[in-house]
Amino acid sequence: MKITRKEFLKLSGAGLVLVFGGRELAALDRAAGATFPGGAKPRPRKQWAMIVDTAKCAKEPGCTRCIEACDAAHNIPAIPDKAHEIQWIWNEPADVVFDESDVQYLDAARRDEQIPVLCNHCDQPPCVRVCPTGATWKREEDGIVMMDWHRCIGCRYCMAACPYGARSFNWVDPRAYLANPNPDFPTRTLGVVEKCTFCSERVVAGKLPACVEACPEKALLFGDVNDPHSEVREVLSESYVLRRKPELGTGPNIYYRI
Amino acid sequence: MRDKFWILGGLLLFVGVATLPTWRDWETHANTRPPALVLPAHAKQCVAPLDFMRGSHMQLLLDWRQSAVRENNPTYVAYDGKTYPKSLTKTCLSCHDKREFCDRCHDYVGARTPYCWNCHVDPALGKGAAR
Ligand code: HEC
Ligand code: HEC
Ligand code: HEC
Repeated sequence: MKITRKEFLKLSGAGLVLVFGGRELAALDRAAGATFPGGAKPRPRKQWAMIVDTAKCAKEPGCTRCIEACDAAHNIPAIPDKAHEIQWIWNEPADVVFDESDVQYLDAARRDEQIPVLCNHCDQPPCVRVCPTGATWKREEDGIVMMDWHRCIGCRYCMAACPYGARSFNWVDPRAYLANPNPDFPTRTLGVVEKCTFCSERVVAGKLPACVEACPEKALLFGDVNDPHSEVREVLSESYVLRRKPELGTGPNIYYRI
Repeated sequence: MRDKFWILGGLLLFVGVATLPTWRDWETHANTRPPALVLPAHAKQCVAPLDFMRGSHMQLLLDWRQSAVRENNPTYVAYDGKTYPKSLTKTCLSCHDKREFCDRCHDYVGARTPYCWNCHVDPALGKGAAR
């Protein structure tokens, strides 16, 4: 069989399209999925979220019950050195939590109001994108940004990527600062990163996160934002809320009711 | 047979070196018999048949870890229909004592103490740093 020059070119062109076209199309598809907000990427079936009612929270100045409950449930060491501190949920003054433009004319007292902050369990978590080992990932079934401490190699890329500073690194052996570890939850070791897991171990057992349960003012509300009939959505349908740094497109799932 | 001295001497040396561990144990009165493991008093059955546990408990634990942490499936259904949480501390150590059971066998077979205990807590140690 003889092939003309023209046929040869046609055939090799078709071959190239066949081989590379599929790949390019797939890449295009992925890129379309990654756009946010309102992109084509489907949200997880369920998305756990939290609403922090700042007015209710402010009724108990100096209260740290949510933090204490979390620390006890997850064996979080009390390390006095600020540079080595481990935090899953902690307090920050309002002017640190929110954008300067949101609080610029607030009274000094209101600017200093302590507001709890934690991992935002983002829709598009930057920490997950950079993790080289899959030690942190966004769960399909409920949108929790989960940690697998067995895979964490301590590279701290996730800490650099997180715009909220929600991750802590174990610079020292945490067991040295735990007088009496709670056997129900493993401690961590030197050299791994940790953060809030939305109490995945409690949620899977049908319980509320430890911080939500501990709040005396019921200022923390936990629920599924993808469910239009959830309590969370009910509150969101009638209140003004702020989220932290929404302009970054991470899609935080912690809402602050103002 | 001019090399008799070298051959016999060499053989003797070889036998001596090859059996060195035996002599050392004899000298230090080491016990080479398997440790008598303390079995739980309140249970007759492990989470899987004995043979399987002896040979594959490390694999079982890794499977548990994978499915509990990464697949959000924290409950193990045993071969006899009983259910257990997939947890070192809450399950294995509810029947077995870490030091009297796990550690003694690992010492005997020369397996490193699993690094799991760097994080997973042995409740028997209670106060202070649980190692
Ligand atoms: C319900 C109580 C119970 C639990 C929970 C339990 N075990 Fe056991 N285990 C036993 C008993 C009883 C035996 C002895 C079984 C026999 O002799 O037939 C045993 C035997 C074993 C053996 C073999 C010991 C030998 O003599 O060679 C190993 C290894 C073992 N268990 C490991 C584990 C591990 C690892 C876990 C956690 C995944 C675990 N066990 C959980 C009760 C338990
Ligand atoms: C009858 C002896 C025996 C008992 C009892 C025993 N183990 Fe083991 N274990 C072994 C052997 C043998 C190995 C394999 C070591 C190797 O492959 O290097 C092993 C390995 C392991 C490993 C994997 C270690 C690694 O570095 O990969 C884990 C985890 C483990 N055992 C946990 C336990 C726990 C928890 C218990 C107590 C509930 C226990 N074992 C009781 C014999 C035992
Ligand atoms: C760096 C610390 C660390 C080490 C080392 C570690 N784990 Fe874990 N492990 C954890 C933490 C933290 C959790 C809890 C995850 C959660 O529930 O969100 C966990 C959870 C688990 C679970 C799920 C149930 C539970 O106990 O909460 C299993 C099973 C498990 N680990 C097995 C192992 C085994 C087997 C090893 C050793 C081969 C090991 N782990 C070593 C930190 C560690």
